[in-house]
Amino acid sequence: MNTAELICPAGTPAALRTAVDAGADAVYCGFQDATNARNFPGLNFTPEELRESVAYAHAKGAKVLLTLNTYPPAGKVDLWRQAADTGARLGIDAFIVADMGVADYVARSHRGIRLHLSVQAAASSPEAIRYYCEHFGVKRVVLPRILTIPEIREVRKEVPCEIETFIFGNHGLMVEGRCSLTNYLTGQSTNMDGVCSPASDVEYTRHDDGSISSQLAGFTIDCFGPDEKAGYPTICKGRYTAPHRSEGYYAFEEPVSLNLSRLLPELIDAGVNAFKIEGRQRSKSYVREVVSAFRHAVDDIRAGRSANVADLVALTEGQKQTQGAFETKKWR
Amino acid sequence: MAVREMTKLTLGPIAYHWSAETRRDFYARIADEAPVDEVYLGEVICSKRAPFHEPDLSTTIERLERAGKTVILSSLAEVMLKRERKAMEMLCATDGLEIEINNAAGLFARGRRPHRLGPFMNVYNEATIAWMAGQGATHVCLPGEMPATAISVAAQAARDLGLGVEVQVFGRASLAVSARCYHARAHGRTKDNCGFVCEKDPDGMPLRTADDRPILRVNGIQTQSESYVDLLPETERLVADGVTHLRLMPQAVNMAAVASAFRAALDGRLALSDAEASLRDLCGGTSFSNGFYHGRAGYRRIASAATA
Repeated sequence: MNTAELICPAGTPAALRTAVDAGADAVYCGFQDATNARNFPGLNFTPEELRESVAYAHAKGAKVLLTLNTYPPAGKVDLWRQAADTGARLGIDAFIVADMGVADYVARSHRGIRLHLSVQAAASSPEAIRYYCEHFGVKRVVLPRILTIPEIREVRKEVPCEIETFIFGNHGLMVEGRCSLTNYLTGQSTNMDGVCSPASDVEYTRHDDGSISSQLAGFTIDCFGPDEKAGYPTICKGRYTAPHRSEGYYAFEEPVSLNLSRLLPELIDAGVNAFKIEGRQRSKSYVREVVSAFRHAVDDIRAGRSANVADLVALTEGQKQTQGAFETKKWR
Repeated sequence: MAVREMTKLTLGPIAYHWSAETRRDFYARIADEAPVDEVYLGEVICSKRAPFHEPDLSTTIERLERAGKTVILSSLAEVMLKRERKAMEMLCATDGLEIEINNAAGLFARGRRPHRLGPFMNVYNEATIAWMAGQGATHVCLPGEMPATAISVAAQAARDLGLGVEVQVFGRASLAVSARCYHARAHGRTKDNCGFVCEKDPDGMPLRTADDRPILRVNGIQTQSESYVDLLPETERLVADGVTHLRLMPQAVNMAAVASAFRAALDGRLALSDAEASLRDLCGGTSFSNGFYHGRAGYRRIASAATA
């Protein structure tokens, strides 16, 4: 049986130390700019912070993966190249990339450092994955969140690299790296700027009847009753009307989080080499609780015991969870 | 001849599930009346739809070629299932016609044989263009969300390597694709038992916000803009910046007349303001947008000096 690694989010140096202390095998993080897909205010690392964080992680036997997983717009490629060079100099253990130009640069300039293919590249077939492996020497692919476990098992047999899947956290609905919904409403791009439903464009309006509506860039994304907790206005989790759905419905998905804690043994059996926890934008206490719970679960499974994952539903978005596409084709 | 007159007009692949009969009539009219130079055929969005129009494909190709159009076959944007992998492999074995690849699975299958790169390939920059050119790419359609500043740099890089450069100038923007079918979901179905409900919405299913503002369109697994992109006022700058092909995406309007308006403006036979007015008339109440091009929110309509 393979020993699945636990890959944990680090939005800040404090979260990185928390994740390492809670038992992360590796943490992933990025710089404070558009070179990574969580380019949010107050998040991410300066080069000096990354240097100290790499030392901290390495001292405790954990790896540090650098996210360079956005798509540089023409004319700005140097920013991504410099980020790669800086990461290499600071001793990171792997790059996570999506853009082929960036992959090509890293593969040629930093041969000794592992290359992981980001979920943002949306490589969802053995052929697509093999393209990246053969041309850029990719060692691991992060699979899009659209495959069932039997499908993952089939992919695993046909690719020459390790595979990583998301197991917990935000549940993106769109093919990763192919979504410009945020740019359509706000003028900031997920692919080019690393931004999704930016907080600077979010407003909550309380109406006379006590109800609250959430808006993104002036567009109403959802409405909540006086006693409901108002959710964050992410476009693909919004409520809209259609010609035959005048009552309003979640056209894409309800505000739910991915939680595959019950499927871990099956995923390991299908050949998944690494489990990824989403949430670089989440708090230290969230990171501690989620990483600890999954650390125990993975250790139990490795030791042949049945895993008893603590109830994490209170930590999920809208306190609702899903197994998404992993459980059944009916999700599609 | 002025550069603008040499600029090619293309018709992108039909994004919607139009019936076989609608498609036959549509392409007959394009062949007879539309001043487009190149036509992209093929199902890009949903592999379940492909069997409905494959029987007519060779007739359509012949009809368009007899009318002097170059035909290019476009691939699926999403490749995951066995039938999708097979379809991509077969497309990439095509000889005699150009193909446009929209998924990395196609790059694997095609190898270094010549191919075009579609808008779903995420070719955002000169480094990726240089990589792709070395792998046999002859032409690139840039992603719809790229701003003018990046288009200009990318177009120059592509031209320097001998690649054609294409930008969508008309029709709804593709904003996202998913593994989940939102048309099926809206009708309480799933992708596997969808009943092809998407056929009821030839211009996409409109979504409105709770306060009744039009926002998006659903087309099966694809999410599109509510507005039609219209870069007619920007064509002069696009051409000056090195863009060689301008793409019109088929909408449920008179596309032959849309193409005529663009062609007449490009050739200087029609004032920009008149061409723009003609487009307005052709598209009824649908809003126009050009925000992406100007580096602003995509839905916005930024006034340009040319039409002010």
